[in-house]
Amino acid sequence: MKIAVCIKRTPDSESRFKIAPSSTGIDETGLKFDIDDFASYAVEVALQLNEKQGPGETVVYAVGPDSVQETLRKAMSMGVDRAVQLKADAAGLQDGLAVAKALAAELKTGGYDLILFGKHAFDTSAGVVGTAVAELLGVACVTAATKLDIANGRGTARRELEGAAEMVEFALPAVVTIDEGIARPRYPSLKGIMAAKKKPLETKPAQIGAPRVVVKSMELPPERPAGRIIGEGPAAVPELIRLLQTEAKVL
Amino acid sequence: MSNVLVFAETRDGALRKIALEATTAARAFADSTGGGEVHAIVIGPAGVGAAATALGEHGADVVVVAENAALGNFDREVVAATIAARASAGSYKAVIMGFSAQGRDIGPRVAAKLDAPIATDVTSIRADGETVVVTHPAYANKVIVTLAVTAPTVVLSVRPSAITPVANAKAGRVETMAISGDPSASKVVVKEMLQGGKDKIDLGEAPVIVSGGRGLKAPENFALVEALAAAFGNAAVGATRAVTDDGWRPHSDQIGQTGRQVSPQLYIACGISGAIQHLAGMRTSKTIVAINKDKEAPIFKVADYGIVGDVLEILPVLTNAVREAKATH
Ligand SMILES: Cc1cc2nc3c(=O)[nH]c(=O)nc-3n(C[C@H](O)[C@H](O)[C@H](O)COP(=O)(O)OP(=O)(O)OC[C@H]3O[C@@H](n4cnc5c(N)ncnc54)[C@H](O)[C@@H]3O)c2cc1C
Ligand SMILES: Nc1ncnc2c1ncn2[C@@H]1O[C@H](COP(=O)(O)O)[C@@H](O)[C@H]1O
Repeated sequence: MKIAVCIKRTPDSESRFKIAPSSTGIDETGLKFDIDDFASYAVEVALQLNEKQGPGETVVYAVGPDSVQETLRKAMSMGVDRAVQLKADAAGLQDGLAVAKALAAELKTGGYDLILFGKHAFDTSAGVVGTAVAELLGVACVTAATKLDIANGRGTARRELEGAAEMVEFALPAVVTIDEGIARPRYPSLKGIMAAKKKPLETKPAQIGAPRVVVKSMELPPERPAGRIIGEGPAAVPELIRLLQTEAKVL
Repeated sequence: MSNVLVFAETRDGALRKIALEATTAARAFADSTGGGEVHAIVIGPAGVGAAATALGEHGADVVVVAENAALGNFDREVVAATIAARASAGSYKAVIMGFSAQGRDIGPRVAAKLDAPIATDVTSIRADGETVVVTHPAYANKVIVTLAVTAPTVVLSVRPSAITPVANAKAGRVETMAISGDPSASKVVVKEMLQGGKDKIDLGEAPVIVSGGRGLKAPENFALVEALAAAFGNAAVGATRAVTDDGWRPHSDQIGQTGRQVSPQLYIACGISGAIQHLAGMRTSKTIVAINKDKEAPIFKVADYGIVGDVLEILPVLTNAVREAKATH
């Protein structure tokens, strides 16, 4: 199968964040960046599908400034065949529909059977780009799949609903955005890292308009008051009950 | 004076709580612009229009009912097309829905159809001239971002449980419309619905969540967690990724950065270390209780009430105590 995976470069989610002096972004000093978590699952899903089903091609796309090249190389070191950077300023990436248009314009002529995305990117935590690309391309879309199978040109997927789940079927070509539970990303091997250096990485300008969603300000959420240990072992239960009743008033 | 279109989500013919939350948000937004109209749209098989009353009571001036016998389970393509058709037929400043499983899927589709910018999972909405200003917890809830969305029409989805439905009776006058799109031509077809159990309360709506981690030692010990949840009566059971990965619990129970994000009144963490990715999903809970045998476990940094000890020993005692407390209330 010919599979495209759209990946974003985002800061490591374990980081402690500080707001930049401009207050419209985070302070990036000292942060590590990598493929956004859900998109890294999508890369793994694509690699596994092509490993299982025989000859195919896996291509990664990223919209963004030149720093995304490192992220694209990382995906190639995991086993992706080639990469495309759609060059754009970081400031425009907050507008998910604008990013989707840039990706759709490029993917339209790619002849892909399957186009994968993360359920949402760590930084925007928005969940817009994948489903919007599907709509722009007019292809089937499963948003936030927790299971995915492809056989004979058709796909089946599972989606969690609140307190329920649906099993869906769809024809290819299709867009699927990947949720937890399908695959964990592999670590690149040394051989993979060496090979990635020679794999093709193409750069072209993104067809991206002026963003209509922009960050006005960012702030850190209020800190929780420091935690408190009220006791040890089963003997602490009566005190807990008392506090839940009289202080927290939740019982 | 801006009109707002709300997608009032239903499942199995019944209105979802999130539909009232979205309607409440829409009402407040319309009022803040000097009193526009709120139009709530319900889409589904014959009979869903019965939901109109509740929508009128929560601030909808008009309830638009698009019924079609061929609509069964969630038909995302028809729903999106119908919302977009209504949105383009009127003049709406905003199309608002919930950031639920349905809204996650519908929002970007409607935005793309209308060529309208979209902001998802928002916790507040206000107008600033032509711009709509929203707040949105991003970076897995670690940063609160204020976004300016500027266009004649914008698409927004509200975070579940962030807005309390408010009764605010309006006319709730019913209009009907035909659906857009052909249900038999949908590219994605629901083959099967798996019910989580009719009386199972969803993690997103439960006032109390009892969660278990690897400290429970074995999958069968989750019976202790289930028992505590049952003692509360209104509780759901959550889990860490360590235990969903090991197949002790389904992935849909996972709480955290890559799982569900919850903020119940009470969150009880049992045998959970409190990894940063787990905290990302529950640190906004009102009251947090933690039981862990390691007094240095990071979960105690966020726990209002921590008990150091063996969770397998403490849980049965706590369950009895909660049962008694409930009985005497
Ligand atoms: C990209 C990414 C995303 C992630 N997303 C999530 C997510 O969404 N949700 C999530 O939960 N995790 C997530 N994780 C995993 C996370 O980092 C932790 O590994 C996980 O939360 C640990 O689960 P745990 O607390 O059950 O297990 P552990 O960390 O192993 O903790 C077990 C705890 O139980 C205590 N314990 C042991 N025995 C007893 C006993 N008898 N009585 C009482 N206490 C006992 C121990 O002291 C310990 O603190 C993610 C990780 C990554 C890298
Ligand atoms: N700038 C980008 N370049 C490539 N893919 C992206 C970009 N932004 C988002 N994506 C993809 O879309 C998914 C959802 O992003 P978002 O809509 O921002 O939550 C991500 O997990 C990526 O797979």
